[in-house]
Amino acid sequence: MDATRQQADFDALIASDGRVEPRDWMPEGYRKTLIRQIAQHAHSEIIGMQPEGNWITRAPSLRRKAILLAKVQDEAGHGLYLYSAAETLGMSREEMLDLLHAGRQRYSSIFNYPTPTWADVAAIGWLVDGAAITNQVPLTRCSYGPYARAMIRICKEESFHQRQGFESLMQLSNGTPEQHEMAQDAINRWWWPSLMMFGPPDDDSPNSAQSTAWGIKRFSNDELRQRFVDICVPQAETLGLTLPDPDLVWNAERGHYDYGVIDWTEFQQVLKGNGPCNRQRIATRRRAHDDGAWVREAAAAYAAKQQAATVTEAA
Amino acid sequence: MSTALTPLWEVFVRPARGTNHVHVGSLHAADATLALQNARDLYTRRNEGVSIWVVRSADITASSPEEKDSFFEPSADKPYRHPTFYTIPEGVEHL
Amino acid sequence: MTQSSAPASAEVAGYAIRLGDDALILSHRLSEWSAHAPQIEEDIALANIALDLLGQARSLLTYGGSFSGRSEDDLAYLREERQFTNLQLAELENGTFAVTMVRQLLFSCYQHELYRDLESSRDAQLAAIAAKAVKEVAYHVEHASTWILRLGDGTELSHDRTQAALEGVWPYSHEMFADDELARRIADLGVGPLPSGLRPAWLGTVQGILTEATLTLPDDDWKPTGGRAGLHTEGFGYLLAEMQHLHRSHPGARW
Repeated sequence: MDATRQQADFDALIASDGRVEPRDWMPEGYRKTLIRQIAQHAHSEIIGMQPEGNWITRAPSLRRKAILLAKVQDEAGHGLYLYSAAETLGMSREEMLDLLHAGRQRYSSIFNYPTPTWADVAAIGWLVDGAAITNQVPLTRCSYGPYARAMIRICKEESFHQRQGFESLMQLSNGTPEQHEMAQDAINRWWWPSLMMFGPPDDDSPNSAQSTAWGIKRFSNDELRQRFVDICVPQAETLGLTLPDPDLVWNAERGHYDYGVIDWTEFQQVLKGNGPCNRQRIATRRRAHDDGAWVREAAAAYAAKQQAATVTEAA
Repeated sequence: MSTALTPLWEVFVRPARGTNHVHVGSLHAADATLALQNARDLYTRRNEGVSIWVVRSADITASSPEEKDSFFEPSADKPYRHPTFYTIPEGVEHL
Repeated sequence: MTQSSAPASAEVAGYAIRLGDDALILSHRLSEWSAHAPQIEEDIALANIALDLLGQARSLLTYGGSFSGRSEDDLAYLREERQFTNLQLAELENGTFAVTMVRQLLFSCYQHELYRDLESSRDAQLAAIAAKAVKEVAYHVEHASTWILRLGDGTELSHDRTQAALEGVWPYSHEMFADDELARRIADLGVGPLPSGLRPAWLGTVQGILTEATLTLPDDDWKPTGGRAGLHTEGFGYLLAEMQHLHRSHPGARW
């Protein structure tokens, strides 16, 4: 089959909103973009275990401890579903982890912020998971089959995550004055970084057009960001907490909330590696990987011995 | 660390009696016992399955008539078209 | 957690609490592995075991605590070191993955024998808790055995590390089978098994796995004990400090 025919078939598949599957011919750019995006998503889940896992051993009730343990466990699972999807495109998990450890593949910059208080865990549940869901639901219709299917599985499990964060914040906001203050302080620190999760403004986003043409991206950064703001404002009112943006106001003409200017220099700094926790997150990840090498090697050695024994038996 | 150290396995789960096993994804494990153990934790945490199969990806022979691949490619019988899943002999570079 | 009835006596309550303490403290240790396990699949597996144990702890502590009007959180967060009655084995630090797996093997095999017996307890609540737990623990035994085989019979390094782990943890296994006054009373009541009675079956299972894993049973006279009487290792205070700090900082607050 010649190249023009392959491209034409691929284009027709995309145009008809079909799904590209692992054995289909695909443009190299499509494959590379997807590997980068899926790997980044997978790494985010794994790295995300750290800021939240930070409070498991100090969870203030057994119920909250169980909920948090289950949530962090889900995140590990989501990472694995995503690595699995990325591997169908020709990069092994080992390679992806090596690139992550070397700083050549990224993860969501939101996880470079610290969780200094218990309320941060609740804020992450409400805002960060909320933003992730806003991003993820459209991805369930992404053109690449394995990625779309992983996203469907993830979205099904995700709803409990955001609900538990919201519920925890409600409890804190309506609790003691100290708890309320803890919750408000956490919101003050997580609101703006959550908005940055949607990526740079549309006119600053060079890859967006191609990703949209390929059916990878279904909505623009600004569209999703606006959707998120519109959802959060009434929720904040229910929580009895204030979003730290004096310019947040309903615009009847647009039918959306207007919001203040985002400080993109902070985003750039965190992206460059100068956020509060970048180095710590990677160091922790690498240490777990390096410290675990002897265990993985033991499992491989045992497997090899068993296989050799089977061969000898058969002989 | 080479791929051979922890090979890739495909996971199939039968969600309930009376239904078929369905492909749900993949995972890495050194052997079948670990693969099954990991699959249980990863894919049936919410009691989504009564039976799990794990198969080494390399052991799967595939054909996908609707997918637009070339039947003349050497990789035509593997589940994925990219080179990661074939064991490369030690010392062979640039593959 | 709704309970149909409270324990019939302070003894039964105390027994439920000691079993709950075992599960609570070991669950806590396992949860420390989050984001640090040797591979992501193990992060999930260890969290799974930690969650199962936490669930057992919550059921047992809620039941035991109801006798004296204390909730699961009252027991977990407001008791001090000398009031916890868990085995010292449960509170041992995680150490390497080998230490964690050895601890898990020894403890889960014990829990399996214990819960199997408890399924026919005269106390209906304990029997119900045991019926659910025994299935979970069967999996914990399988998981730990799978790893002990691979670590013991894997590489020379993994073998040495696991043998060393076994030497370190083994002495703490004896406490699981020590009969104290409460244990004897509970056995007389038909509420639970005599701990010493569980050892033969336990040893058979454990020995089988260790032998297959090319590991040697330690030859050691030392039998540390005291957990059931509220005497714990020095590390235990640090565990409680971390676990209880936030809860205690906000007296009366709800989460």
